[in-house]
Amino acid sequence: MRKMEKQLHKISKEQEYNEYVKKKVPKPNYLKNSIWAFFVGGMICTIAQFILNTFQDFGISKTDSNTITVIIMVFLGAFLTGLGIYDKIGKRAGAGSIVPITGFANSIVSPAMEFKREGYVFGVGSKMFSLAGPVLVYGFGSSVAIGLLYFFLSK
Amino acid sequence: MEYIKAFIVGGIICVIGQLLMDSTKLTPAHVLVTFVTSGAILTALGIYEPIVKFGGTGATIPLPGFGYSLAKGAIDSVKKAGLLGAFTGGIESTAGGVAAAIVFGYLMAVIFNPKSKK
Amino acid sequence: MAVKKLGKQTVQFQNTPIIIGTSTTVGPKEGEGPLSQYFDVILKDDYYGEDSWELAESKMLRETVKAAISKSNKNISDMEYMLSGDLLNQLMSASFAARDLGIPFFGLYGACSTMTESLSLGAMLIDGGYADNLVAVTSSHFSSAERQFRFPLELGSQRPPTAQWTVTGAGAAILSNYGHGPKITHVTTGKVIDLGITDANNMGAAMAPAAADTIVNHFQDTGLSPDYYDLIVTGDLGVIGKEITEEMVLDKGYNITKVYNDCGLLIFDNEAQDTHAGGSGCGCSASVFCGYIYQEMQNRRINKVLLISTGALLSVTSAQQGESIPGIAHAVAIVNDES
Repeated sequence: MRKMEKQLHKISKEQEYNEYVKKKVPKPNYLKNSIWAFFVGGMICTIAQFILNTFQDFGISKTDSNTITVIIMVFLGAFLTGLGIYDKIGKRAGAGSIVPITGFANSIVSPAMEFKREGYVFGVGSKMFSLAGPVLVYGFGSSVAIGLLYFFLSK
Repeated sequence: MEYIKAFIVGGIICVIGQLLMDSTKLTPAHVLVTFVTSGAILTALGIYEPIVKFGGTGATIPLPGFGYSLAKGAIDSVKKAGLLGAFTGGIESTAGGVAAAIVFGYLMAVIFNPKSKK
Repeated sequence: MAVKKLGKQTVQFQNTPIIIGTSTTVGPKEGEGPLSQYFDVILKDDYYGEDSWELAESKMLRETVKAAISKSNKNISDMEYMLSGDLLNQLMSASFAARDLGIPFFGLYGACSTMTESLSLGAMLIDGGYADNLVAVTSSHFSSAERQFRFPLELGSQRPPTAQWTVTGAGAAILSNYGHGPKITHVTTGKVIDLGITDANNMGAAMAPAAADTIVNHFQDTGLSPDYYDLIVTGDLGVIGKEITEEMVLDKGYNITKVYNDCGLLIFDNEAQDTHAGGSGCGCSASVFCGYIYQEMQNRRINKVLLISTGALLSVTSAQQGESIPGIAHAVAIVNDES
């Protein structure tokens, strides 16, 4: 009984402290962050649209042009990460540079580069998926699940 | 006009991600996973297709677009190949992007070194 | 019988250990900060000529020990103990440096509280008659810490306003039975305190209750009042943690506002250097104490200092498992002789 009371007292003290701290923490600048995210994210997509249109103008099919565009965007994201530019964009743009596919490339190159010293198998090879791995797991996972659902429901 | 649509749709998707990160404690990895999965689910529900039609790369380049390709690939393959398509379709339709990410990622990691932050 | 014990958590020294010399090494960013003139070595490149940031940090620690020993007119062979720790797993920087230096070594982990942890134990060894000369040293490195605790450097992520910036720096202090310099008079050892903060981007708030508890216990045990000190300085609480500590200590009836500061706020200009809530890391209180505070004490602009290094005892594992962040803080009172 005494132990439970003590436990309850501890929890309420922690809640009280967390509330108190919450009041002291400065809020992120939602508006400024959102404007940056909008502008940079929009810019990246517009560049991709330009690439897509260019390939379509050459008479390449829509599906293939789309794939080529994704590959080029991934290359740009990876290259800018290698040059040390992508993290500087990301500091301002936040989700604006994380959410586009270039951000996916950034999340692969950045740990791979940094863990080179740990070797090419356990360093580069395994660390390059430390952030992108979960994306592939849940992406492929949900794709298969949707395919299965579609198969059984459309019968 | 196409460019403006792509700009606006892409921008809005990124703003949603930004608000998610700012108002919760979600890390970039959490946002990426959430966006890919929700893109796939929205596609299955038939909601994302019209957004892609309208926004072009504004909807396909952000990560929900990756989920879109995955789900659409799976569904199209099931139509063509039946049950097996559920397993092959998603990966087939995104193979280019994923392979590019791995190859370019590896190359960049070999060529470049990380720089210290100032 | 523990004749030197004072109250519950404090020790009062009889043969007060003397800090006969110190040295500091800091990274380029710290060298651009407001305390730049107080540091002995400012690195141009934080790889420090090594292949990895971990080795660079270890070299920083090692070279700082050597510099502190020679500034104190001693030899490496005079050092009977090296008390040292850092933030890396299994104390890579400290133990690799100790391997090269060949000084008998105690590895300490107190997260960012390690500077006062090593000073505390070092002072006890000297007063206890177990050594005449020893070195207390810690280091931290922005890039190696970031890599271990957070995300890769080149990842385009944003830091929240409460985030702190790990200081690239090392500070070493030589403690001796003989010689001239400021003396360590008291040590108050802190308890681990956890008020349930889980946000690893708000370490100041996680550590502040531990700092406040140690400061209050120090005053209660010694009977001293805040006015006794010219400077009460915590390790790396940053903007938010400093404010909370001040209020929590005031709540217990001690007003420290006039003399209180935080090493994490002294080392950077938060606005100009974009360091958000301030500096952090073992190297923060180490370089500020061994650089700025020690030199100001030698020049007698500051005579009585209470240094409280603060540590957040989280690990990557505990954070990923969603556990809250336990805090720790040790206080060391350092006083100039009256003259």
